[in-house]
Amino acid sequence: MSLELVFDYLVSPAFFHGAMLTLLITATSLLFGIIVGLVVALLQESRFRFLQGSTLVYLWLFRGTPVLFQIIFIYNVLPTFGIRLSAFVSAVIALSLNEGAYMAEIIRSGLQAVKKGQRTAGLALGMTRAAVMRYIVIPQAARIILPPIGNQMIGMLKTSALVSVVAVEELLLVANQTASSNFRYFEALTAAGIYYLALTTLFMVFQYFLERSLDPKRARRSQKSVPLLDRLTLITQQTESR
Amino acid sequence: MTTSVQPPLLELMGVHKSFGHYAVLKACSLDVKSRETVVIIGPSGSGKSTLLRCVNLLEPPDSGNIFFDGADITSDLRNATEIRRHIGMVFQNFELFQHLSAVENIMLAPMKVSGISRADAHDIATDLLRKVHIPEKADFFPDELSGGQQQRIAIARALAMKPKLMLYDEPTSALDPEMIREVLDVMAELSSEGMTSIVVTHEMGFAKRAADQIVFMENGEVIENASSEEFFGGTVNERARRFLDQILH
Repeated sequence: MSLELVFDYLVSPAFFHGAMLTLLITATSLLFGIIVGLVVALLQESRFRFLQGSTLVYLWLFRGTPVLFQIIFIYNVLPTFGIRLSAFVSAVIALSLNEGAYMAEIIRSGLQAVKKGQRTAGLALGMTRAAVMRYIVIPQAARIILPPIGNQMIGMLKTSALVSVVAVEELLLVANQTASSNFRYFEALTAAGIYYLALTTLFMVFQYFLERSLDPKRARRSQKSVPLLDRLTLITQQTESR
Repeated sequence: MTTSVQPPLLELMGVHKSFGHYAVLKACSLDVKSRETVVIIGPSGSGKSTLLRCVNLLEPPDSGNIFFDGADITSDLRNATEIRRHIGMVFQNFELFQHLSAVENIMLAPMKVSGISRADAHDIATDLLRKVHIPEKADFFPDELSGGQQQRIAIARALAMKPKLMLYDEPTSALDPEMIREVLDVMAELSSEGMTSIVVTHEMGFAKRAADQIVFMENGEVIENASSEEFFGGTVNERARRFLDQILH
């Protein structure tokens, strides 16, 4: 057991590159996953039976098969139809489509959590359906779905290790290869574990700041404190107005 | 000199509406003149709210015509969004936008529908908050306000679009008794200033005070349509009388 070797691995270009690739796969798959999820969630709200039906088929397929299966399928089966993609692109497509299926359900629950009456109120003011979505429903849904999306973010970071099956040089594959050449599993895996923990911590911090920035009352709380006399007059006014 | 007879601002002619096989509105007709306040009363399930929602096409009528400001608004439902800009609506459960402060609730539609600048929308909202007597609540969020305050913000939000007609759908039914007054006062003030209004309510005190015309509905039909004087003077239909006795205990 050598902590020095752990440190050497941590700063080695191979591990750093692996970690960055893991981060890149995670971030792009999440981004596309959220886009796919949003589109699917909005399609499910549409009035066209055909669109609703196709989203159901999509959800059924991608939630019903292992993500590992999907990665291997896209990488190995699509080329027989003449679609040749790099391992990295195949991996991102598989993860995005898989993620999209789960995101769609999360986003749908968020959209449904905004009471129907508020949409009606928006329509009654002369807003279009699209404007109601954009200015009334989505801002409120975004706050509701942030905690489950945080879960998905961290989950995706760990799921990304699966893409090593199509030989993408992500963090775990690098660690495993390094260890199998000299059997120093403890050091190589510890270095990978430290990278994973660092990345998940980063995500958690990101989520915290995102939640804070979406809190509508934050702007007011951060205002400078009101002098005592003003506060007292305000309280008197409030009691009077009741 | 000839006196021109002004056509009503709103005219409903034989409006039908069914949900499935259930006819909610049967051949409802109603005229609302400009600057007039019409109070609609009737037992629950009589179609009052549906009638109101037909007026701004939230529920498009199955048949019949609705003329608003001289035009048949039922002829092309694609214009519904444009029509609704000119008709304000207030709901039983306020339906304020929970992620926006009071002032932002009022500013949203002027900015996003009429394209008014943020600064101008803020001026409009500030004036309206004064009009509904709660300027000090501008930066409060809906969940920090009492029901009466929320409903007054909702009224201000509807007024911000400078509507020609206001629709109130049981505006005080979800309020605690001590808050009903403050909302009805605002509504009565608006009516006395000449805001054309249709009010679905059980508040007969308000009807006596502010209504020009009283409509009694039952089972989807307009049973009685009388001026306020006639109605409260006792010359009313037997069914309306029975309903009045019930709600006045």
